[in-house]
Amino acid sequence: MAMATEAPKDRFRLSMLVYDTRYRAVTIQVIVLVLVLMGLSWLFNNTVQNLALKDRDFNFGFLWNRAGYDIGQALIPYTNNDPHFRALLVGLVNTLVLAFFACLGATVLGVVAGVLRLSRNWLVARLMTVYVEVFRNIPLLLWILLTYVFLTETRPQPRDFRGEDPAATMWLDGSMVVTNRATNIPGPLFENGLGSVPALGLNVSLNFLAILAVVAASIWANRIVLWRARRIQEDTGRRPTTWWQSLLILFGPVTALLWALGFHLEYPELRGFNFAGGIALDHAFTAMFVALSIYTGAFIAEIVRAGIQAISRGQTEAAYALGLRPGWTTRLIILPQALRVIIPPLISQYLNITKNTSLGIAVGYLDLRGTLGGITLNQTGRELESMLLMMAIYLTISLIISAVINVYNSRIQLKER
Amino acid sequence: MADTSRDAAYVRQGMIGQRTPPVADRGAIRWLRENLFSSPLNAILTILGALAVWYMLSGLVPWLLRSVWDADSLAECRAIVQQRYGEGVTGACWAMVRARWHQYIFGFYPPALYWRPVLAFALMFFAIAPLLFADNRRARLILLSAVTVLGGGALFGVVYGVAPRLLGAPVESGWLPWALSAALIGLLGLAAFRPRAFLGFVALYPVIAYWLLWGGSVWGPVCVLLGFVLLALVYRLLSPHLGAAAGAGAAVVAAVVWWLALQGYVSGPLQAALPAALESVNSDRFGGFLLSITIGVTAIAGSLPLSILLALGRQSDMLIVKTLSVGFIEFIRGVPLITLLFTASLLLQYFLPPRTNFDIILRVIILVTLFAAAYLAEVIRGGLAALPRGQYEAADSLGLDYWRAQRLIIMPQALKISIPGIVSTFIGLFKDTTLVSLVGLLDPLRGVTSVVRADIAWKGIYWEPYILVGTLFFVICFGMSRYSMALERRLQTDHR
Repeated sequence: MAMATEAPKDRFRLSMLVYDTRYRAVTIQVIVLVLVLMGLSWLFNNTVQNLALKDRDFNFGFLWNRAGYDIGQALIPYTNNDPHFRALLVGLVNTLVLAFFACLGATVLGVVAGVLRLSRNWLVARLMTVYVEVFRNIPLLLWILLTYVFLTETRPQPRDFRGEDPAATMWLDGSMVVTNRATNIPGPLFENGLGSVPALGLNVSLNFLAILAVVAASIWANRIVLWRARRIQEDTGRRPTTWWQSLLILFGPVTALLWALGFHLEYPELRGFNFAGGIALDHAFTAMFVALSIYTGAFIAEIVRAGIQAISRGQTEAAYALGLRPGWTTRLIILPQALRVIIPPLISQYLNITKNTSLGIAVGYLDLRGTLGGITLNQTGRELESMLLMMAIYLTISLIISAVINVYNSRIQLKER
Repeated sequence: MADTSRDAAYVRQGMIGQRTPPVADRGAIRWLRENLFSSPLNAILTILGALAVWYMLSGLVPWLLRSVWDADSLAECRAIVQQRYGEGVTGACWAMVRARWHQYIFGFYPPALYWRPVLAFALMFFAIAPLLFADNRRARLILLSAVTVLGGGALFGVVYGVAPRLLGAPVESGWLPWALSAALIGLLGLAAFRPRAFLGFVALYPVIAYWLLWGGSVWGPVCVLLGFVLLALVYRLLSPHLGAAAGAGAAVVAAVVWWLALQGYVSGPLQAALPAALESVNSDRFGGFLLSITIGVTAIAGSLPLSILLALGRQSDMLIVKTLSVGFIEFIRGVPLITLLFTASLLLQYFLPPRTNFDIILRVIILVTLFAAAYLAEVIRGGLAALPRGQYEAADSLGLDYWRAQRLIIMPQALKISIPGIVSTFIGLFKDTTLVSLVGLLDPLRGVTSVVRADIAWKGIYWEPYILVGTLFFVICFGMSRYSMALERRLQTDHR
């Protein structure tokens, strides 16, 4: 009877750390870890030594000192008596606001350009190709600087609008004006508004809260109407007409509320040496917004085009074979599949926009980089703390956006096998 | 029955001759109908598009046609345009480009030494030609011949034309362009007839370029190069005995010891014994496209190998290696490049040993390289993930070890898949070199333009400098993207 031989038990020898693949991984990792820790401690040690040499400490207490500088575009209440931390928050809000509007603008431009680039219209398709290639291959900084210089150096001065026969005229029937100082657009005004309440250090306008609440309620009510229509359709096979109900529910209450609040637009007008009234958009903001939108729009156009082209022709044909009309085919078959391809890179473009807002420093837009990493850093000399804090904030924003991508990806992933 | 059908009145007896298609269905009209006016919506789009084109061209073309090339200031340009074409008319003022183009190309590099960046740039094409056209000897030689002719011409131009004009005196070393052109021709011959020996030049190029651009003693760069030779030598000697990993580790340790500790003791005496030096040029003299290309090319060359290591680390089974790679990649990708550049200019003084102070361009290059490497690593990881599992298993079943499998099976395919992403990262990197202006370097876009616009003669000029820089960037970036498309087609091996 043959003896069932067990595999000989290897006794552990030192040489196995190098030659045995089971142990080699451990060896390599330990070496890497030791090297990295040595490197980090070297950096840390240097930093401590340097701080000691410069007679500095490492603390974030300076954030509570008086900032002492003004910020042109402050969307939360801010004066130069507020601490640096408040200035940081103003900067962060400016970053996020710019990023939000630039994402919006870039998406609109990009989707239009991407769809038109696939158009069968020869001229339009060529034009969009030129747009995409020109804007993708030239640095973003150039578009920012060019827009900014164009706005500040070629637009008329406010005094050109004065007098009987002015050298320049306002646009859109006197509602909008671009001078060399700012872009003035109409602003909302409430005649009998509800005022505002202080909350979390901000002045929260009750008008906007009321409008927000009404809009949310309208959308919710509209969904109920649609849901009921759907149920009736499923029961009887006949869908009741709902469009007028939807229209009424969506726009009726809001209009009534606006009327009750005495909503009207305030137009900019020339007072003294400058335009006043309405909303004055800083040129730094406008330049950043325009440049980021058209530059990133070119990238989004390519993403949209790739997404649409990724859907095989057979999908459309199959939909037609099922008897779907072209509009329904796009809505039910093409878009859901194309969006699966489009949205992840689209969100990473949003991430790029957010990071590129930091270029605002080139035109003096006071975003996070301009306040915390700019004036605060220069005034306090706290380079290490300011830079680390700024990196941490940008990193947090990025990680949140990446987390959104990951969640979306895992939700839409094709469920197969 | 057959006859009835023939006699029936409804059966045609003769064939009708071919007619031309209706007017609406042929030639230009048909093309217009199909491509521009196929539906009401398309017609509207066409008209809108045509209006947009007309609006742009009607502004741009007359402005360009009224260009002024010969003037000393913007005011003079404007006066000439008004005098020629009447009151209130504007025209392009390219006289600025004529007066300042050298700053857009070289920054404040000393004009007498312009031949050095020119030569380094020409040699760069010699160095990358074997990579660009690895399998096409003809294309390689055509490129290199063109570079030789253009580079020789440029050398003569800067030594005999540009430098004397800027300095107001002829350059002393008038023999230089002759000797250097001869050297270029010699190199071309080497590339044509001794391709293997030519690869030696490719390996030497980084040292040559560094020495040409920054100058100083030749022995410093040579000693750095000796470090790499040492690395290769130690690896060769030890790896058969210790295995690849330990051999590589020992080699790296030997090279690092050489660079950090021993090199200084060797290069000094060598310089004393055999003085060979070029006039050294400080980093703050660098600017314009010289700076952009220096940073861009170095960072591109450095980031690719680093990114491959990072991508492999991220795909690795080893937990610690993987965590470190992921952490590094996500950190770099999570912060804007500007903050990294400010780290280079402000924070490195904290992180390095007290009183070390090294070159700002070098610091920026290192940070830009790390930045690009993190993005590239993600691109390459995509390529690795797209590779079918069977390729890894096939490599294993052939008995290849990890590094051989990567080198021979995995990487060639993964890199091929990732070409579009890699090149678009390179393009992004090259465009991002303009951001160095924010840490005080003289990039062509913001740095040089602000210098030019600060001059009283050119104050208020804005379209021309941006058009100039934008065009140059467009040419380079668009060229890179077209090359990548051609490369993709050439490497395509599947049957689609």
